[in-house]
Amino acid sequence: MNTIKKILGMVWMFLAPAIIWFLASQAIQKITAATTLTKSNVTLQWVIILTIFTPICIGFFIFGYYAFKGEYAHLPASSKDLE
Amino acid sequence: MSLDIKPSKISLVIGASSVGTLIEWYDFYIFGMLATIISKQFFPSDAGTSALLSTLAIFAAGFIVRPFGALVFGRLGDIIGRKYTFLLTLVLMGGSTFAIGLVPGFATIGWAAPILVLILRLVQGLALGGEYGGAATYVAEHAPANRRGFWTSWIQTTATLGLFLALGVIILIRSNQGVEAFSAEWGGWRYPFWMSIVLVGVSIVIRMKMSESPMFTKLKSEGKTSTNPLKESFGHKANFKMVLLALFGAVMGQGVIWYTGQFYAQSFIETVCKVEFVQSRNLMLWAILFATPFFVVFGYLSDRIGRKWIMMFGMLAGILTYRPIYQYFLDATNAKNRTEKIDLVNTKASEKLASVDSKICTKLYVVQKFDTAYTDGAVFSYTKTDTIHLTDIVDDASAGSIQYTSANSMDASTLDTIKVKLKPANGTVLDANKTAQVTIASVSLKPNILVEKIMDKTTYWNLIWLVFIQILYVTMVYGPIAAFLVELFPTKIRYTSMSLPYHIGNGVFGGLVPFLGTLIVEFTKTADNPAGDPLAGLWYPIGVASICLFIGVIYLTNRVDKEVMD
Repeated sequence: MNTIKKILGMVWMFLAPAIIWFLASQAIQKITAATTLTKSNVTLQWVIILTIFTPICIGFFIFGYYAFKGEYAHLPASSKDLE
Repeated sequence: MSLDIKPSKISLVIGASSVGTLIEWYDFYIFGMLATIISKQFFPSDAGTSALLSTLAIFAAGFIVRPFGALVFGRLGDIIGRKYTFLLTLVLMGGSTFAIGLVPGFATIGWAAPILVLILRLVQGLALGGEYGGAATYVAEHAPANRRGFWTSWIQTTATLGLFLALGVIILIRSNQGVEAFSAEWGGWRYPFWMSIVLVGVSIVIRMKMSESPMFTKLKSEGKTSTNPLKESFGHKANFKMVLLALFGAVMGQGVIWYTGQFYAQSFIETVCKVEFVQSRNLMLWAILFATPFFVVFGYLSDRIGRKWIMMFGMLAGILTYRPIYQYFLDATNAKNRTEKIDLVNTKASEKLASVDSKICTKLYVVQKFDTAYTDGAVFSYTKTDTIHLTDIVDDASAGSIQYTSANSMDASTLDTIKVKLKPANGTVLDANKTAQVTIASVSLKPNILVEKIMDKTTYWNLIWLVFIQILYVTMVYGPIAAFLVELFPTKIRYTSMSLPYHIGNGVFGGLVPFLGTLIVEFTKTADNPAGDPLAGLWYPIGVASICLFIGVIYLTNRVDKEVMD
């Protein structure tokens, strides 16, 4: 199981930038395609989406890195172990 | 080490914590429940879907700032204590909700209206970000180790009961006032916001009588409280990795399951399936009422069999059944799947009623309602509004009707003389015997058609049953989550550590379900398929829940940590 956790860590590390890339490309595509009337709204919507999901994806990348490094091989038995 | 707390004391703790949290949820939800009206009041009247999306974005903004509230108030709660922190969040929430009810509409103050609403919505989000972690921590720190899931599940019911209260209050006011008075600029839709100040006042009095959490008091007396909870929560790898695991392995999926079941379902039934306003809210009320006790059932069960598998099963059930459930919603409310009743009493067209635009006096709205009855008892109403531009204003302000000549809809080469009744503006008395003659400059090519469907009894209860099933999934993922989070982190940084993943998962991933769902459907609209794929919005919650389920199954443990006194 620990090997699976580590291998999946690489998957999460790959997935995180892939999500950012997908969102950024969608944003460019949709903003470019928007009409003059809807441009400001569409831009606002995508700015919100990118602002929110970029830090989350960074967190997801760190999660993948920790998993890859085996940090989740043994979870603490109690919250005491975290100190 | 365990605490010896009397059952009567813990009931008081749960009661006092839950009432405040319930009111905060109520405050937070009324905005979402009234999104359609708010979009008309605080945005330009001709903005249409764009205004609704902007309102949903403001609604979502309240969710997005919740993690920041979690950081600010979580830090305070870990330094000065749980009690005073969630008193502060209550005051902020009540004040900002009340103030939203006081903001004049776009028609009066222009763009200042949506900006003010956005700011107040952000304050609401910050306050809620601080509230939940405090209440859950407070109850968990009073509960005996083998009953933690059960006791904290009462706090979990408050979110759903807050929604129930919000729906109930809105329906009550709207039914009493009527649609027009309710939707006016200073109409009844503002009352639920104003009511908040009273509810919050009551809750503050109750909470003032509560004492501080025994675990926190003990830690404080020993001088062991954290001096920098943010650094200890997120600066130490051992703790930070658990924050990330809680977010990606549990709360992210829980958030989307919750908001799909309780918000997306209602929004879908109302705006996509076009089920009538009161009926769509009533069916939510029934489903919530039947499902709410299961929060406590699954909380109790989590003390016996562990938290993990209950939450994972809830996510899996959502992933597998959302599309069939929503497909049923579409099929069951589709007119094509019904047999029209050929009955002149039930299938009828109303007389045409015209009203002059209050700002542009040469703009005339002509409204006609068509009711279609079906053999199963359902009645679908279509209200068609044609916008007619006149060459000049209606010359006789007291005329009870107007007459104009228009191209025959059946045969464009012929002309029809049409006489329509005028709807009196506020305070004016019209003379039914007078008819004003007007000349048309142009008619809008696309009339606005408002559809409202009143479902037959069988379909109505089938819809309730299917919403109930979705809320049952919510109870599985949400019932045990407070105990699960409390057990992951030590007392001195618990408020901060559990609040952040909770509010990113719920506030961001969950809160964005209505907004992103609507946006994804917009993307599927093409010239060939102007309606788009109405089920496409479900890919967002299904996708997020799938990743979370996968991570949760592989990485989480089902162990229940009995000792949280550390």
